Amino acid sequence: MDPLLSFARGPMLQIAIAVFCFGVLWRLLAVFLLRHRRSRSPARHGRLRALIEGALVAGTRSWPHKVFIRRTGYGEALGYGYHLGLFIVILLFAPHIVFFKGIIGVGWPALPSSLINIIAVLTLALLLAVLVRRVSKPVLRMLSNFDDYFSWLLVTATVVTGLMATAHLGGPYHQLLAWHILSVDALLIWFPFGKLMHAFYIFPSRVINGYTLARKGGAS
Amino acid sequence: MAEPDETQTVGEVLAAQGISRRSFLKFCAATASMLAMPPLMGRAMAKQLASMRRPSVIYLSFQECTGCLESLTRSFSPTLETLIFNVISLDYDDTLMAAAGEAAEKAKDEAMRKNRGRYLLIVDGAVPMGNGGVYHTAAGRSAEQILREAAKGAAAVVSVGTCAAFGGLPLADPNPTGAVPVSRLVTDKPVVNVSGCPPIPAVITGTLVHYYTQGKLPDLDGHGRPLVFYGNSIHDRCYRRPFYDKGQFAKTFDDEGARNGWCLWELGCKGPVTYNACATLKWNDGTSFPIESGHPCLGCSEPGFWDGGSFYSPLATGKWGRAGEMRPKEVAAIAGPAAGVGALVGAGAAAWARGRRRHSEQDSGGEED
Repeated sequence: MDPLLSFARGPMLQIAIAVFCFGVLWRLLAVFLLRHRRSRSPARHGRLRALIEGALVAGTRSWPHKVFIRRTGYGEALGYGYHLGLFIVILLFAPHIVFFKGIIGVGWPALPSSLINIIAVLTLALLLAVLVRRVSKPVLRMLSNFDDYFSWLLVTATVVTGLMATAHLGGPYHQLLAWHILSVDALLIWFPFGKLMHAFYIFPSRVINGYTLARKGGAS
Repeated sequence: MAEPDETQTVGEVLAAQGISRRSFLKFCAATASMLAMPPLMGRAMAKQLASMRRPSVIYLSFQECTGCLESLTRSFSPTLETLIFNVISLDYDDTLMAAAGEAAEKAKDEAMRKNRGRYLLIVDGAVPMGNGGVYHTAAGRSAEQILREAAKGAAAVVSVGTCAAFGGLPLADPNPTGAVPVSRLVTDKPVVNVSGCPPIPAVITGTLVHYYTQGKLPDLDGHGRPLVFYGNSIHDRCYRRPFYDKGQFAKTFDDEGARNGWCLWELGCKGPVTYNACATLKWNDGTSFPIESGHPCLGCSEPGFWDGGSFYSPLATGKWGRAGEMRPKEVAAIAGPAAGVGALVGAGAAAWARGRRRHSEQDSGGEED
């Protein structure tokens, strides 16, 4: 077995999973255990109704508003597109399912590899479009920092190396697979400490905002 | 049949053994084709082989199971490969030779003296270096001493089998005998690694024939193996590859996928990371190879294949623990404590932030939940 591949799927993967779990729990609890400012507004709804309304608002506000759709539609379509592509590729590619089965003990049906390849190529194209948009829009460029670019780089590197390994492009398969797993390792290590952490924050924070507003009678 | 003497040419010996010129030419054409040479090279190869003197070969066996030699000698008999192997002047092989003890050692010393700088040294097995080399001795000398002495006068060294080439099973964790591959000790001679557990007989003879007819070792890959045999992965040449591309995998050895001949990747097949000629040359006179018999490739021609994780664990899974399998409880053993420490640090950070906030709220008279 290639030493780099053994390292990538052995000690490095173990370190990456440990850092990922450590970091995610740290970041989650460090935020969720913070005090919340007491609401001085009388409660308009009970807690359960506020929670349901909050959750609904979290869902409905995740779609582009019709008033702004001309301005924001392209960016949101790109965002949804590559997120959906990533979910399909990560969760429904047979080798990935085998990987998850090793971690959680259960697997699920896969999509055909050729379909996954097409989706992965489309996802890569969307990721490139996202980068072009980020650097070409002055305001977006000003808002971007190292975290944005580095997170993009790690996600894209994982997709690129995965495609190369699947297509056997650019070198022996064992080296390509090693680089793919190493990029996943790097992604896992960076995940809790950068903006990728939004995967864990986004829905709870939206629900909490929705809940708070619903209690005040402001959610609609 | 008279024992061939060393002054006879290979052609004369073959004729004496009743091998027709037609059969010999067929063998040379097949070998040239196997070595990816142009068709006309078969004739040139036949001419060169037939006219050359029987080359001297010394075959040393160290930490090995004799499977490699079995592979070579037990191939379908009488194949031309084995006959070609017979017509080389095998001056020393402690498994095959009739002589024993001092007579055997004397034969080796004499062959080494007479053919100094010209003989080919074939080594089978890893070399134990631990505890002064006590784990393998012959005629009172350690394997390391025997190898260094024999390699000194050799034209080239052929490491046959994964043990000689990469250390193989003896080198596997925890390597109790301090085993090392031949290339670790022989650094001043050309060394070619013919790996496999065992190697395909035709790959061994093909490498020898290339050396004798071309006067040099074949082009080698990064692991010192002849590119012509080890240039492609098993996966690339596997007849089950279309099932991999379609995502159709056997999940167990007796499910519908296994019965339909689907890809064995999920059953731990190491074909994608294994470079060998099994899928093209095949075994048992071209009958089949392990995957064709329904078993995943073990990756036996690759360095460290014993320590590469479970044979039955797919490549995409992590390599976890000594068993080399990534299982939920083993993942939890690492992820659990890490998450626990993370939770403590996170809770501590939140408590610290709450404390700071409380102080500032007290200062400004604010309230919180």
